[in-house]
Amino acid sequence: MADRPDGAPQQGSNKPALSLHVPEPKYRPGDAVDFSHIDVPPAGEQPRPDENCDTHDMHDLAYGLVRVLGEDDKAHGPWDPKLDPETLRTMLGHMAMTRAFDERMFRGQRQGKTSFYMKCTGEEATSIASSMALAADDMVFPSYRQQGILIARGYPMIEMINQIYSNKGDKLKGRQLPIMYSSREHSFFTISGNLATQTPQAVGWAMASAIKGDSRIAATWVGEGSTAEGDFHAACTFATVYNAPVILNVVNNQWAISSFSGFAGAERTTFAARALGYGLAGLRVDGNDALACYAAQLWAANRARSNGGPTLIEYFTYRAEGHSTSDDPSGYRSAQERTEWPLGDPVMRLKNHLIALGEWDEDRQEKMDLEAAEHVRKVTKEAEQNGILGHGLHHPFQTMFEDVFEELPWHLKEQSEQAIREREIKFPGGLKL
Amino acid sequence: MIDAINDALDVAMTRDPDVIVMGEDVGYFGGVFRCTAGLQDKHGKNRVFDTPISECGIIGAAVGMGAYGLRPVPEIQFADYIYPGLDQLISEAARLRYRSAGEFISPLTIRSPFGGGIFGGQTHSQSPEAIFTHVSGIKTVIPATPYDAKGLLLSCIEDNDPVIFFEPKRIYNGPFTGFYDKPVEPWKKHADSVVPEGHYTIPLGKARQVREGEELTVLAYGTMVHVAEAVCAAKGVDADILDLRSLVPLDIEAIEVSVKKTGRCLIVHEATRTSGFGAELSALVTERCFYHLEAPVERVTGFDTPYPHSLEWAYFPGPVRIGEALDKILSE
Repeated sequence: MADRPDGAPQQGSNKPALSLHVPEPKYRPGDAVDFSHIDVPPAGEQPRPDENCDTHDMHDLAYGLVRVLGEDDKAHGPWDPKLDPETLRTMLGHMAMTRAFDERMFRGQRQGKTSFYMKCTGEEATSIASSMALAADDMVFPSYRQQGILIARGYPMIEMINQIYSNKGDKLKGRQLPIMYSSREHSFFTISGNLATQTPQAVGWAMASAIKGDSRIAATWVGEGSTAEGDFHAACTFATVYNAPVILNVVNNQWAISSFSGFAGAERTTFAARALGYGLAGLRVDGNDALACYAAQLWAANRARSNGGPTLIEYFTYRAEGHSTSDDPSGYRSAQERTEWPLGDPVMRLKNHLIALGEWDEDRQEKMDLEAAEHVRKVTKEAEQNGILGHGLHHPFQTMFEDVFEELPWHLKEQSEQAIREREIKFPGGLKL
Repeated sequence: MIDAINDALDVAMTRDPDVIVMGEDVGYFGGVFRCTAGLQDKHGKNRVFDTPISECGIIGAAVGMGAYGLRPVPEIQFADYIYPGLDQLISEAARLRYRSAGEFISPLTIRSPFGGGIFGGQTHSQSPEAIFTHVSGIKTVIPATPYDAKGLLLSCIEDNDPVIFFEPKRIYNGPFTGFYDKPVEPWKKHADSVVPEGHYTIPLGKARQVREGEELTVLAYGTMVHVAEAVCAAKGVDADILDLRSLVPLDIEAIEVSVKKTGRCLIVHEATRTSGFGAELSALVTERCFYHLEAPVERVTGFDTPYPHSLEWAYFPGPVRIGEALDKILSE
């Protein structure tokens, strides 16, 4: 060190100094937002190849953007799934219900009725529209932001709220963090806090279905941030190696908590384009276009069901709200982003489409929104009869030890007895409610 | 022991069409240790297949298969390579039943060769059982004889909880006494190598009494059962030796009965010492048998270093280390 002049580079050479690229989002809090760099092709422009096409022929679809709903609110092009108005209204109804549910549960957390909540605002189409293209017994392996699937599949809302409140009605016995639902009956796999773990599991489930000569397929959802996990790579590899009947849905909502999608690799490619390297079919879809989401999922489902193999779908969308009730996005991104987002709002776009078809109007929409809010309010009150978090109405202490194993081994029996003893010391004569 | 494991897999697959064998090189080739030889030919590629080299993929896919209703028996080629699959194992397989309140289960049996004494160096010798015994929701099973290997493996496959089945590769072909300069005898010469045909099981959570004795209790599993037995015999110690067979669930009753009888306890394992399973055993014995103990509980283990290559016999908890511990316990 001492023999080097002050300020001289550490490496004694005339080669240029290397520099590290640390991605930086375009806009930070307070910045004016201009999304004109995002390429939004006109609706109907993308071709719809045969469902059993060669993955080599999907290059443009992996880099493009499949869109159906145009600026004129009409459906365009070969991806138009041509759904009947009744189905469209059902879809809109699920989306309105999910939004009303999110609003109420978020408020519930702020009121101290539970510890935690996560909204899916702006992403309703990526779960509701896409899952409606699956059969009811196709197994879904969701992440934590696909509550819309449960609503679309008719899961009783009271069970969702019981779970969020961890009360005595909670089917998961208060063991899981709010929103980590599970319903085998609705082919909805138990949600884990560990990111992307569900992706190779979905592939394994699909492999099992193929091993048994079943006709059911699997679909999994993962955020763009979590595609950086090793599990996602394993899932893509296994899916392609075994031609598993699985759909890998990547919800690219631009943000992984405070990290923009550049930290998952989005600066230089699309997430759908990753499919090409694995030999998977890859589709990039306008995630705020419910018809495009439905059509892409149906395409992939048909492909999987006919042994055509797996598909990776990227839904290009925007996380309109904070990551969770524990997050404040004003600390890391411009508040303007939400309003400037070029793909709009999925609920508004579907609503406007139905109106353009002459199958809907603002009055009916207003009535539907009111009814959704009223339904959620009513069910919330009902669920509160079973208790809210921390108010004592929960499952008995000993249930904490059940289901670790199929049967209680001696050490858990001993610990269970200890917990009951402790409870009697804390609450002599029983719990006062 | 290899034949016994192969036989167990064959019996399980013949009895239950939902049993699936998968892993690196397990299919056409029959496994790098031959444990799955012939199975693909007999049961088909749909039920015995090779996988990509991805432990997280192997275990993750197996969790999904288990959720579907299959009974996968994935192999991890060496226990040293199970770490990329740990998130799937710890966060998923072990918690599935609990977090879904029984809606989804994970009836996997993960087979993996483990342990040293074969000049395997750092990454073909490890004994990571304590990582798994520390996880709620996983069972950990380790056989020490061919008879046990078959009966225990069948129990694991039929068990509805996820099980880690560690196979001590040092004793795949014959028991190892720790006297590494003496020739190793093949299993053929040992009574425990007689494996009945067809289906039988050995319950999990039940230890095997290797020999009955009065002077002290020895708690061991895997290869170290044979080492401890040989050293006690060589020193003329009348030991009550328990082969634990399963660490979780643990046969606490057999341990208590034995230590209360002998008043002394030696714990032997190959794994590193600090926070090894021996620490749990030592704590349990001290908590439950304190007033019967006539000497402190001793642990003979591997040293707290990565497993060395050239210094294998200096590292391995062999006759000298066990002999010293026996002298110490018996002199108190």
